[in-house]
Amino acid sequence: MSTPMNPQSSAMPESPVDSQVPAPASISATRRMYWSVRRELWESRSIYIAPLAASTLTVAGFLISLVRLPDKMHAALALNPMQQHALIERPYNFAALLIMGTTFIVAIFYCLDALHGERRDRSVLFWKSLPVSDLTTVLSKASIPLLVLPLLTFAITVATQCIMLLVNTAVLLGSGPSLAMLWTHLSLGHTSLMLLFHLLAIHGLWYAPFYGWLLLVSAWARRMPFLWAALPLLAIGVVEKIAFNTSHFGAMLAYRMGGPESAASTAGKMSMDSLMQVTLGQFLMSPGLWIGLAVTALFLATAVQLRRYREPI
Amino acid sequence: MTAIEARGLRKAYGTTLALDGVNFRVDEGRILGLIGPNGAGKTTALNAILGLTPYQGELKVLGRDPWNERDQLMRDVCFIADVAVLPRWLRVSQALDYLAGVHPRFDREKAQGFLAKTNIRPANRVRELSKGMVTQLHLALVMAIDAKLLVLDEPTLGLDILYRKQFYDSLLNDYFDRNRTIVVTTHQVEEVQHVLTDLMFINRGRIVLDCSMEEFESRYLEVMVHPEHLPAARALKPIQERQVLGRSTLLFDQVDRQQLAAFGEVRTPSIADVFVAVMTTHTSQAQGAAR
Repeated sequence: MSTPMNPQSSAMPESPVDSQVPAPASISATRRMYWSVRRELWESRSIYIAPLAASTLTVAGFLISLVRLPDKMHAALALNPMQQHALIERPYNFAALLIMGTTFIVAIFYCLDALHGERRDRSVLFWKSLPVSDLTTVLSKASIPLLVLPLLTFAITVATQCIMLLVNTAVLLGSGPSLAMLWTHLSLGHTSLMLLFHLLAIHGLWYAPFYGWLLLVSAWARRMPFLWAALPLLAIGVVEKIAFNTSHFGAMLAYRMGGPESAASTAGKMSMDSLMQVTLGQFLMSPGLWIGLAVTALFLATAVQLRRYREPI
Repeated sequence: MTAIEARGLRKAYGTTLALDGVNFRVDEGRILGLIGPNGAGKTTALNAILGLTPYQGELKVLGRDPWNERDQLMRDVCFIADVAVLPRWLRVSQALDYLAGVHPRFDREKAQGFLAKTNIRPANRVRELSKGMVTQLHLALVMAIDAKLLVLDEPTLGLDILYRKQFYDSLLNDYFDRNRTIVVTTHQVEEVQHVLTDLMFINRGRIVLDCSMEEFESRYLEVMVHPEHLPAARALKPIQERQVLGRSTLLFDQVDRQQLAAFGEVRTPSIADVFVAVMTTHTSQAQGAAR
């Protein structure tokens, strides 16, 4: 790098705000990455607005349901512990599922727009006029579904469940047995840990190839990235069916969508419960995870090259 | 020092040649005007210089290969592409934060100083600003970067006269110095005539004129010829003849000033007039060669 630090500011005596501070030599890659991720949050505010809205909705619904709560709890005292457990946990799990589903949809639409929108509004010309590489840009965009959204989902879900628990406790303060039942059956600490694992492992790592594919299409498509992302997958499945009368591709997608434990667990079950069956070790040992990550890396590398070559639409 | 050096720079889009093996050199401290009709290859040349498009041939910008080292190059290069490429959702304060975060040569206080002289507020989003204000904002951001090369592609397109005038004034007064180089393309030739130090005409992917403004002024002369001198003046082969207020105005290329003074008042022509004359000649030559 040949960047002679000649004090150019001295050559502009008439400059109104002439600062004599020499320009810092360089900016670390971490700092560029940090600001690039912040830039994404500025641009796509739905990343945090959507899960917050889902959280507000759940809490509002829960508050309304509390009117009937003392009666419900009273009736529940007669049930067996398994049923009690299910009854008490249900609204909390529902809150987690709703927020998780919301952020999953946000992640999909975010990825489809991430490298398409900047070409559509030509702002890519501005971003490319700054010393940020295509790799940094694509990685910062990929970090939103892979890391930022799972962590954000986790934080919002835990906060929501805590609010629900506080309200729940306040309502039941007058009745001892119901309150005791609530606190014995609800172990938010444990489920939170499972949730965090689920979000980082499944939504972050296991689904990574989906996000990689969506980012690739977003960098490639001139129009309608959504169609370009979905139709080729459908086409491959149809061609395979016609040509060989098999559906391996569809099965592969279903396997990827269902998560590593999908073969073992039944579809109707709560994902939280099925999670119990998969330990961290098993997850890290599964070849499916590593194949998926390799495919993701390939997709992202292609997206980087596409961003380099593609011109504004 | 050389800011830009191109040798055999070539770029084809399908069968269309946008750049047909051009050679040029821009020295440090110059303000080069790149003038050409639509589709002449100006933007392609700028995109190649900025590392936005791959090319064939040799190109060095500040000693770097722009296509492979764009991000490093952009520490020393700034550019304003034609109209409004600032994203509409961006707040002015966010733009300042982001640039301060990623650009080692961005001086935030300087940018705020420039913005203080405008009606742009830090809380404004780009979408709330008028076209002229967006350009002011972009210029303020760019002028606060201590860059060696500034590339402007039609920077004043669609702006009213006040903003256009202000744009070049602040560029010259608050930004330009001998260590910086500016390359500008524009169709509004008359407003850059007194700004430029060098001039390049480009047509159909080829450079048809490449000279400094001093050379331009000594080489091209325009004479409003008295009717009785017209045959004699025409014998000196003007490159263009046009009627202005009923008088013939003849444009000469490399004809002695003293000789022309006998026919009438001699003056430096506008870049626009020379441009039209050179383009007409070049186009007819090109068509002649094709036949």
